This record gives sequence, structure tokens and C-alpha cells, in this order.
Amino acid sequence: MTDIILEARDLHRRFVTGGGLLQRATTIHAVGGVSLRIRRGETFAIVGESGCGKSTLARLLLRLIEPSSGSVHYDGRDLTALPPRDMRALRAQMQFIFQDPFSSLNPRMTVDRIVGEPLRLHLGLSGAALRARVAGLLTRVGLRPEHADRYPHEFSGGQRQRICIARALASGPKLLVGDEPVSALDVSVQAQIVNLLEDLKADLGLTLVVIAHDLAVIRHMADRVAVMYLGEIVEMAATEDLFTAPRHPYTRALLRAIPIPAPGGRMSGPAPGGRMADAGGAEPAGAVLGGDIPSPAAPPPGCRFHTRCAHATALCATTPPPLAEVTPGTQVACHHWAALPPAADAALRVPARSPAAEARFALYRAASERSRTTTHRETAP
Amino acid sequence: MLPFILRRILIAIPTLLLVSVFVFMLQKLLPGDPVLVLAGEERDPEVLAYLRAQYRLDDPLIVQYLNWLGNVLRGDLGMSLRTRQPVTALIAEKLPVTFQLAVMAMLFAIVIGIPMGILSAVKKGTWLDYIANIIALSGLSIPNFWLGILLILLVSVNLGWLPASGYEPFWSDPVRSLQTMIMPAFVLGTALAATLMRHTRSSMLGVLQSDYVRTARAKGLRERVVVMKHAFRNGVLPIVTLSALLFGELLAGAVLTEQIFSIPGFGKLIVDAVFNRDYAVVQGVVLCTAVAFIAMNLLADVLYALLNPRMRMTS
Repeated sequence: MTDIILEARDLHRRFVTGGGLLQRATTIHAVGGVSLRIRRGETFAIVGESGCGKSTLARLLLRLIEPSSGSVHYDGRDLTALPPRDMRALRAQMQFIFQDPFSSLNPRMTVDRIVGEPLRLHLGLSGAALRARVAGLLTRVGLRPEHADRYPHEFSGGQRQRICIARALASGPKLLVGDEPVSALDVSVQAQIVNLLEDLKADLGLTLVVIAHDLAVIRHMADRVAVMYLGEIVEMAATEDLFTAPRHPYTRALLRAIPIPAPGGRMSGPAPGGRMADAGGAEPAGAVLGGDIPSPAAPPPGCRFHTRCAHATALCATTPPPLAEVTPGTQVACHHWAALPPAADAALRVPARSPAAEARFALYRAASERSRTTTHRETAP
Repeated sequence: MLPFILRRILIAIPTLLLVSVFVFMLQKLLPGDPVLVLAGEERDPEVLAYLRAQYRLDDPLIVQYLNWLGNVLRGDLGMSLRTRQPVTALIAEKLPVTFQLAVMAMLFAIVIGIPMGILSAVKKGTWLDYIANIIALSGLSIPNFWLGILLILLVSVNLGWLPASGYEPFWSDPVRSLQTMIMPAFVLGTALAATLMRHTRSSMLGVLQSDYVRTARAKGLRERVVVMKHAFRNGVLPIVTLSALLFGELLAGAVLTEQIFSIPGFGKLIVDAVFNRDYAVVQGVVLCTAVAFIAMNLLADVLYALLNPRMRMTS
């Protein structure tokens, strides 16, 4: 029995939009029956296209919004049943990092007050002790203590996300949920923030839940991954299993869409004709993910993916497949997963380099090795 | 901060000059000859010419303007053609009255409008929001003079609680002064409260949607702290600017309200002056009002910069 820190049981969330005098209200089923268990100390990733409900799910997990039905249990306590006072107190243990570091910091508060507020609130710190703790937190996330007196607008995007992380760490959380924590940042800064999060996780024993659409980041960070499509989890597996042996047709399509940054590799973006490029060749019929994601206001009956799935049958159009355990640790929601041809794991195999390219890489490695030793000599006293 | 204020004041100077030209020219363009008013029944051309020369009305326009401007800068706004009092003295007499009325009306507006705006934003879509909006709409659409007359009928005539009209300087009898002013201030204040309420509501609705308010909730703060400390402090910025501008408008006097409550303020002064073709007074009052309005604009800018750290950096 593994140690479960957070568990969601059959979470639903519907949003009602419109509904004026002349317009009928439409109900959007953003999250439809999600159950998952997050183990203490792991990094759990939730991936999916825009609009698949992954941000809504993240907010539900920390009760930043109320579920329409279902429950969330933190350390065995039902969050959805907690009175507001207890919930506020418990927020010290579970913190959120938002996507946009530009809008999620109060423009009229100094960094000192932004980071200090949870310390004051949850730990009752004040005065010099508070200042010292804020300085410690800023140093921890790679900022300088004297940054405390500045306002958020005086920082760059990466620095602001560091402030957000310092703020989230202030109350000493055990669980950190990041809603696309790096996708608003420059690529070079993304790596820094990802590394920072990993270091913090290791040092402080955090449990991380990361929402993302960048599969490279996920593969790098996560221990387990859940793939969402139209408000439902279609596949959940350990990261390596998911990336090397994806079972759900949607997961396969997602993985196939990753551009490979290698000479002779796949170009990014769909190929001419509006179809996603296919380099694997193992599943010619199943390789294509055409069409748009259906409207969550009117999801298709049966399996929600059947409108875009190459393997769909009459059964898929009528009966929703349950999320079932197919091997230990892997759950898939597909009627036909067992009958599918083996996954085109070539999707993730880096094509062999040509001899010429290999020679150029060797030259580059040698050159960078040389320059590193030179710098070392120069900096030596 | 100081360079920012100084620069704002420097920018205000050309505006003031433009206002002075406009004020001066406007009264030259008005129909009617002040000399004829002065002379009364007298129509002897020699007398008229004498009067014209005495008031230097025969000089070229530009000379007249420069003379006038020079006097204004020395604090001399001329003599009232009718009462023979210095205009400066007239204004000094009326300004405290209007100022007191404006301050009290503004207090009413802020005390009623801002909490109502916050409440209706926080409780958006509930019956509280609808009632607040109905009150605001009524405040905007009920004419001041009508509300004033009804209040006099109810509070003064029927209930006998407050005096129906009149004015008492604050320094001589504060209680009596407040008693006479409270009704007109309330009448003026309700309309402004409605404006403030609508603006507070929309500003707060925007801020309450913002990401940093969500962050504040995620920190585990009480909803009251989230609304007042995180949301309101950001949402109040445009309200501060609006309040300063509304106050500037109040200083121009409220003609109808002052008339109904027989308050000897700016509004009454300017109406009387216009009807009597008392040009010096009209000029003085309009100039004074314009200066007050520009000063309030300046104040709004400075307050905005003081409250908004982002402005401080760019200034």
C-alpha cells in the first residue's frame, strides 16, 4: 500500500455560460468523472490539449473552485466537506503556482509583503523574524534578499515566477500544484524554473502536481502522467511506460506530434493536408489525428475520442469505455487497447545520425571541451 | 516624486493661460454693452465715452487682455460693475460656502457610493446587487431640484427637523451650519454616490477576476481580507481619480441646489453676475472655477502616482 497524499474521487465540474433573455444557457462539462491518487513524494503530471479541463482539475484538487460533485481527500481528510476556517488553515500545506507570473502577483504589494503574508498568516511571524525568513526564501529560489523591497513590475518573467515559488513555499507546504508553471516563460528560463522546482522537491520532500502541455518538460520531470481528453482521463501510467508504450490512441497521437530536434527528424507542426506528420510508419491507419477537439458543451456520446479515432467502432460511439487497469500501474480508457497494433515507439526514437553529422558533433564536443578547460585555467588563481 | 509633481504643475501653466484667453474673449463675444448697463438711464454719448475711457474699453483687445492678465496675476480681478465691490472679495466671501457644500456632498457620495459598489461587486448577481443598482439608477435619474423640494417638504415642513434654507458660516456656529448644509449636501451627494457606486462596482468586478486575487485566496486568506486588502486597494485607483474630478465639478457650484436651499454660494454668484452682465464677476468666477478644476486634476494625477507603484517608476 503506497502512501497517498491526495485522492480525487469521481470529480465533476460543470460551468453554465450564457443564459440571457434570448439565449439558452449552455452547460460545459469541464471535468467529467476524474478519479486519481497522488502518492506522497512523487511528481504527477496532467497533460492534454488546451480546453481539455486540466486547469479546472488542478483548481478542483486544491478546492480553489468547488466541484459539482465528487470529493477530494488530502491525507485522508475530505477537503470538499471542510468548513471554510479549517480549509484556510489547511492551505498552508497545499500551495498553487499559477501559469502567468505577470498577473498573479498583486501590483501594489512589495515582494516582502507578498512572500511575508503567508508567514504572518500561517506561522504568526512578524518583525525581524519575518524579514529574515523572507530573505531566506528569496535566496532559496535564487533571488537576492534586497529584492524584498521592490515591486513585482520591477522583475522579469523568470524572476517573477521565482517570487511566486517563494510565496508558495513560505507557508511550508507539503503539496505543490503548478498550473503550467513554465509555459508563460522564455524557453531558456523554463529550464531554470524546472530545475529549481526539482531541487526544491528533493530538498523539501515536496509532492508536485504539474499541469502542462509541453511533453518534453513532463518526460523530464514527472514520475507518473495522466492524459486528459475532454474532461476525462484516458490514460494514466508511469512516465517511461507512457512514453515508450502508449496504449490509448489519443496518447499515441499526442506523442507523435512531438517535433524531434535532430537532423533528419520530424518537422514540427502538421504536414501539408492538415494531417499530423507521421514518421513511425508502424500504424499507417492510426497515425492521423484529424479534426478539431469537439465542443465540451456537446461532447460526443460513447467514447469521447471516437470522433477523431482511427480505430473507432460502433461500440465506441455508444458505450463510454471505463478507465481500467491493464497492467499494474497503467490504466487506459479504451475498448480496443488490446487489439491495437504495437505502438509506434519510433515516435520517440531519435533517428540515427548520418556519418557526416556524427563527425560534426564530435568536432563540436571537442571544441566545447577545450573551451571549458581554458576558462578553468583563466579563473584559477 | 517631486520632479513628477513639478512637471505636472508646469504642464498646467499653458492650460491656465489658454483658459484666461478663453475667459477674456468669451465675455467680449457676449451680446450687450457693459457701458450701457453702467450708465443706466443715461444715453448721453459724452457720458458713455467717458465711461468707456475710464474702464479702458477703447484700447486694442490685446492691450485690454494683457492689462487684465497683469491685474489677475496681482490678485486683482477688478471691480464688480454692479456692486462696486472688488471681485476678489466677492469670491473670497462665496468660496468657503461652496467649499463646505462640496466637501459635505463628497463625503456623502463616498460613504454611500463606495461601500455600495464593493458590496454589489462581491455579491454580483444576487438581490443585493440588484437593489444597489436600482438605488444607483434612481440616484442618477432623480433631478436634484425635485429631490431637494421633496426633502424640504418632508424634513423641514412636515417633520420640522432641519431648517428649510439659509446659511450659517461654519466658524460662527458649527451646529447650525451643519444643520443648514446637510440637506443640500445630501441632495448633491446622492447623484455623485450613484456615479461612484457604478464605477466602484465595475472596477471591483475587474479586479476580483484578476489572478492575484486568486493567489490571495490560495494563500488561505479570509475573504474579507482578500476583498479589502488585495482587491479594493487596486480597485480604488480609478475611483480616487474620479472622486477628485467630481470634487472639481462640485467647486463650480451647484446652481439649482443652491437656488432651492437659498445658499449664497458660487452657483448663485455666477447666475446673478450673468443676468446683470457683471463681466468682471463672471470672468473672476469662471477663472476661479477653471483653476480649481485644473488643481483637482493635478491632485488626481499626484494621488494616482502615489497609490500606484508602477506609475512611480515611469515618472
